[in-house]
Amino acid sequence: DREYNEKFQYASNCIMTSKYNIITFLPVNLFEQFQEVANTYFLFLLILQLIPQISSLSWFTTIVPLALVLSITAVKDATDDYFRHKSDNQVNNRQSQVLIRGSLQNEKWMNVRVGDIIKLENNQFVAADLLLLSSSEPHGLCYIETAELDGETNMKVRQSVSVTSELGDPNNLASFDGEVVCEPPNNKLDRFCGTLYWREKKYTLTNQNMLLRGCVLRNTEACYGLVIFAGPDTKLMQNSGRTKFKRTSIDRLMNTLVLWIFGFLVCMGVILAVGNAVWEREVGSLFQSYLPWDPPVDNFLFSAFLSFWSYVIILNTVVPISLYVSVEVIRLGHSYFINWDQQMFCSQCNTAAEARTTTLNEELGQVEYIFSDKTGTLTQNIMSFNKCSINGQTYGEVTDPLGPQQKKLDFTPFNPLADPDFCFYDDTLLESVKVGDLHTHEFFRVLSLCHTVMSEEKSEGELVYKAQSPDEGALVTAARNFGFVFRSRTPGTITTTEMGQTVTYSLLAILDFNNIRKRMSVIVRSPEGRIRLYCKGADTVLLERLHPCNQELMNITSDHLNEYAADGLRTLALAYRDLSEDEWEAWSESHRCADKATDCREDRLAAAYEEIEQDMMLLGATAIEDKLQEGVPETIAILSLANIKIWVLTGDKQETAVNIGYSCKMLTDDMTEVFIISGHTVQSVRQELRSGGGKKLRCPPPPPHPPPPPPPASPPPASPSPPSNLMDNISGEFALVINGHSLAHALEADMEGEFVSTACACKAVICCRVTPLQKAQVVELIKKHKKAVTLAVGDGANDVSMIKSAHIGVGISGQEGIQAVLASDYSFSQFRFLQRLLLVHGRWSYLRMCRFLCYFFYKNFAFTMVHFWFGFFCGFSAQTVYDQYFITLYNIVYTSLPVLAMGIFDQDVPDQRSLEYPKLYEPGQLNLLFNKREFFICITQGIYTSVVLFFVPYAVFYFYLTVLLPCTKRTPLFSLPVQTLFRIFPNQFHFVGSAQSTLLQPVVWLTIALATAICIVPVLAFRFLKLDLKPQLSDTVRKNKLRQKKRKMVGRNGRLGARSGSRRSGYAFAHQEGFGELITSGKNMRLSSLALATFASKHSSSWIDTLQHSTSMNNGFVND
Amino acid sequence: MIAAMMASSYNAKEEDGHHSGSSSHGGAGAVKSKKPDNTAFKQQRLPAWQPILTAGTVLPAFFVIGLIFIPIGIGLYVTSNNIKEFEVDYTGVDINSPCYSCAKNFSWNSTQSCVCSVNFTLEQPFESNVFMYYGLSNFYQNHRRYVKSRDDSQLNGDLSALMNPSKECEPYRTNDGLPIAPCGAIANSLFNDTLDLYYVDSNSTKTPIPLAKKGIAWWTDKHVKFRNPSGNTNLTVTFQGTTKPVNWRKPVYELDPSEADNNGFINEDFIVWMRTAALPTFRKLYRIIQKKSGTTPTLPSGRYILDITYNYPVLSFDGRKRMILSTISWMGGKNPFLGIAYITVGSICFFLGVVLLIIHHKYDTRNNSADIPN
Repeated sequence: DREYNEKFQYASNCIMTSKYNIITFLPVNLFEQFQEVANTYFLFLLILQLIPQISSLSWFTTIVPLALVLSITAVKDATDDYFRHKSDNQVNNRQSQVLIRGSLQNEKWMNVRVGDIIKLENNQFVAADLLLLSSSEPHGLCYIETAELDGETNMKVRQSVSVTSELGDPNNLASFDGEVVCEPPNNKLDRFCGTLYWREKKYTLTNQNMLLRGCVLRNTEACYGLVIFAGPDTKLMQNSGRTKFKRTSIDRLMNTLVLWIFGFLVCMGVILAVGNAVWEREVGSLFQSYLPWDPPVDNFLFSAFLSFWSYVIILNTVVPISLYVSVEVIRLGHSYFINWDQQMFCSQCNTAAEARTTTLNEELGQVEYIFSDKTGTLTQNIMSFNKCSINGQTYGEVTDPLGPQQKKLDFTPFNPLADPDFCFYDDTLLESVKVGDLHTHEFFRVLSLCHTVMSEEKSEGELVYKAQSPDEGALVTAARNFGFVFRSRTPGTITTTEMGQTVTYSLLAILDFNNIRKRMSVIVRSPEGRIRLYCKGADTVLLERLHPCNQELMNITSDHLNEYAADGLRTLALAYRDLSEDEWEAWSESHRCADKATDCREDRLAAAYEEIEQDMMLLGATAIEDKLQEGVPETIAILSLANIKIWVLTGDKQETAVNIGYSCKMLTDDMTEVFIISGHTVQSVRQELRSGGGKKLRCPPPPPHPPPPPPPASPPPASPSPPSNLMDNISGEFALVINGHSLAHALEADMEGEFVSTACACKAVICCRVTPLQKAQVVELIKKHKKAVTLAVGDGANDVSMIKSAHIGVGISGQEGIQAVLASDYSFSQFRFLQRLLLVHGRWSYLRMCRFLCYFFYKNFAFTMVHFWFGFFCGFSAQTVYDQYFITLYNIVYTSLPVLAMGIFDQDVPDQRSLEYPKLYEPGQLNLLFNKREFFICITQGIYTSVVLFFVPYAVFYFYLTVLLPCTKRTPLFSLPVQTLFRIFPNQFHFVGSAQSTLLQPVVWLTIALATAICIVPVLAFRFLKLDLKPQLSDTVRKNKLRQKKRKMVGRNGRLGARSGSRRSGYAFAHQEGFGELITSGKNMRLSSLALATFASKHSSSWIDTLQHSTSMNNGFVND
Repeated sequence: MIAAMMASSYNAKEEDGHHSGSSSHGGAGAVKSKKPDNTAFKQQRLPAWQPILTAGTVLPAFFVIGLIFIPIGIGLYVTSNNIKEFEVDYTGVDINSPCYSCAKNFSWNSTQSCVCSVNFTLEQPFESNVFMYYGLSNFYQNHRRYVKSRDDSQLNGDLSALMNPSKECEPYRTNDGLPIAPCGAIANSLFNDTLDLYYVDSNSTKTPIPLAKKGIAWWTDKHVKFRNPSGNTNLTVTFQGTTKPVNWRKPVYELDPSEADNNGFINEDFIVWMRTAALPTFRKLYRIIQKKSGTTPTLPSGRYILDITYNYPVLSFDGRKRMILSTISWMGGKNPFLGIAYITVGSICFFLGVVLLIIHHKYDTRNNSADIPN
């Protein structure tokens, strides 16, 4: 009912992200540009110059640069806006089917109105925020993908209100006349509350009933929705606020310095104005016969006032407009170099590195803390079945990238159902399967039965497994390739193809996984009627529950497990137990009891599970490699040599995170200690922090109210006795591993400081089980307490908050959607490119920017201060020393190219060297190359130069009083063209002939040489002394390069370099409780491929909840 | 911004979707590689020169600078010392000064010019061409209001500018409703003393010394920058309708009635004056005394008389007027500073070189080991 809804003036569905149109462009853009202080300042100067009594320079000296700057910016803005217009147009003109007067009509998106009913088909984008009315699927369910909103690629379920879901066809819907009352538009993606009034009944509406704009409909033939919010009111648009504009520390410093310079300018103006007052009173008044005052001026004070402004105009070149433009140009250049770098190009994914923000480059050279996500960033999020130990026999060789490539096993002749992507290199295992070794068969049977994977068979033999964790997928795939193919499951059965024969097991029970149990089991009845329990789980847990007769095998397997764990592999132990019918009956009864219990159901179930998972027979162990991305350990090693601290923030479990920490060499056995903080209460966390912090460093001062130290709830870190000399021990290497819930306590206001001081003293920090919000909090914490430059790197939607809050956000363009990349400042496809980005590009950018700024301020001071000195000799009349063309063009033509070239191209050491000597990175972190001190040195040098430039010619001409203006640095660019020009504009080219007449005189050249020598010699001597006595590392590197060509660093190679030492539980299984129940309940069997999605929506009322609150129990779905 | 990104990104996805619907994985191999070009520029491998300030380069540089500068300085100093210069102040501040009465009794309105004579003696003969300058002190020809008070178009012979001078010339733009030619404060304050030089030989006869009044201005000024309106024929007619500058005693077309190419705007005295000085104490070329043929010096030693037609008042602002006679060398006029400066800088460089060498040898031990902390 459009007419009725028109009355409310709802927003139309037309979106406008563009800022201008053709008519408004000029005024709006100019208005925006003049909001920049620099531009306004120059406009003000321009106005001053139009007053003839003040104008010491003609107006074009200001308007030329100003117009140049404004037009460049305007062109850039216009181009940006043009693309925005284009994309708006495209979106606005998409077609959607709208139900108008009982029939479906195609309408453009922008013509969709609030209150319309829209029909959506599979794989279509949702055009506006819709209330789901009905769907082609039963119960009014439909599935959506929200990748555009939050980057999660898994599907979510939405369900319509039951009454409307019955309105199946368009005719019924057309007569739908409900009224929706809801909250005003807001940007909360996970919340919606409203009420539907229909047929005099009220129905509550929640987010579960909403389809938000930007989602894509999946696996649903069609659905109907009622437009609730359109266009700018939609949650997508409400969320698309401007991102926080990031500024670099150099930017801030530059702004401060510009203000200082401005103050300095005013001071000089005041001094010269006072001088002018005195002069006009003492000398000027007597000189009136030759030089009367200009009409409005009648006394020396007024003259001084005008002179102040005149000097402000003349001296404005110390605050040059070209500074900001040049800085932008340089940064743009650096960004292009990043984009063009072949060594940051990933040929597999055909993506080059991309600098998405052009304003942060030099900050890349100052990074002190890197916050990294784990999955997809450090690791590839690909699990590969790497090794296994069956009945005391270990299989699977570590593939050695350096050695001769072993032949990849070809499974196809043996097994037509094999997955061709599966890699395994040890053919003895395949032989063992072929000869029918019982243990081996049983081993793979466990893998093919004991899991919660869903299979989807698109066509015969083309199996697709939907595993909730990649580990499980890898195991089932391994079993599949070795001839134990999991085909399909129903709530009560599992069908497999074992060595070519189809076998159907009846599934009696799934003893589901959880974090405490660290294992899962299935109880199946084989076709022969045997009941067997198959169990897989963490070795620590499982080995305790074995039958005593396994002792010998257990020892061997333990050794194998140690080996695997030492290689950084994730391990699982497998076992089985035969159950008699009676045992099963009895247990099944107790299980039912426990299941039905209303209180402490969890505990009872656990107890029941515990009861049956005893006396198991060990089969063997698996080792899965969580594949690191290429070059990760090397990168981390180099970065930590560059004094960059790397923190890993992951949603994964502690074991997994620690495991990865070892395999990427963040944690090593050489470390003095690894603190693990996993307390659940404030007190225990504090206690653990203290014990860690106290042990190693400057003991934090005792807390004001020392709590009685209660024994920590969780196992306290086993620790050697605290070293006596605290200060000595800071150099020792420590690592900190902290859990999500402990982190929550540690981030509380009163413990922050303690946490930061402890964590920062550690060489490596790993935070596991953290939520996206916590990631951002940790980053903010460091930003707040350490004043250091932080860099966050991640690939998933859960990293977005962290990427946005860090100084620099880096997105890895991996598999997990583009959300992180969109939010990031830099993006590339491999973690290892980070070292090049920081150590090469960042370092260069920082160096270049610093040198540029020094040079820039130097040249402008050297140039401008000459006017100050000249003021004392020209009656403080604001007469310029140089010709006004020279002044106009000095900054934008004559000197812009040298500084720009240096700012863009300068390299102190070649790129390989900065990677070889990561210590070269340190000056940036300490901000040594451009700070207030360096600035003052530049300024002093500039003033010195200006003194030389003025007084040397002055002295020369004082004795040799010719008629010339001291034109020391004027370039002999024109002589003939100038004469022509002069004939055309005689008033503008006073300097005609100056060059010819002056440059012929040897005195001029001698003066230039003299001034140059006086300017340069002291600086040269000083630099040489500094270099000779206190060389910087970069200087040494350069010198060395001269001396000895070859000096290579000790190679850091070795992919999974063996790490010996203490046994670590390699058990790491990204798995989640509650899935087994879902399978056995059979609720979602029809939607097997969507089971994951359904599960997610079933367990958390909204997907964004999942995102935000995936604290401890949940991480399987929020892949990070 | 982000919205635009989002919008555009899902555009892209949608298109992908369509593609994959029709031709699942068809064009994967045909995807154009986005690999950046391998050019020296893009890969930042442009050839570069990185000078390193090592002892091997810096120290020799210092010695070389020293070795170059000191001889130049000595040369300059000697040259400068060989230049003969004579200066006489004729302002007339002192009551004993011959021009005292002229200076004292100056009035702008008097039509009668005051003449005074200054006697002086040259101890040494002046060889070669001798340049005669007048010098002014405390005269702010470099004041901004003064410098800009001129109309280059008018001086370049533009007829419309002649009749309607630029506003910059105020308050010397018009007088009694007539445009001033040449307008402006610079022209108005033209130095108009006349200096005549006489040699007094042993029997007290005054021999006038021929003073060349042409060739004292820059060629470009005389031929490019300054031109009389409508050629040089009959300036009286050309300048009809204009008036002379307030301070002038005669109009511009009578500056040098004897020579047509030195009259009007292209009078060289006028041109020289119009090229403003950079400092409040300055000298300007007035006349050139050409050297005589033969061996006789241009100005033999002996007594001279300088006759001054005293028209130019400077006492009101405490100014000074001087007459300077100077010979000239390849480096211009007398300039002891440049030579001394060169010698000083050269010596300092040399000295610095020695000091640095000592420091370098004394402290430079680690350089040989060249270890890099890592």
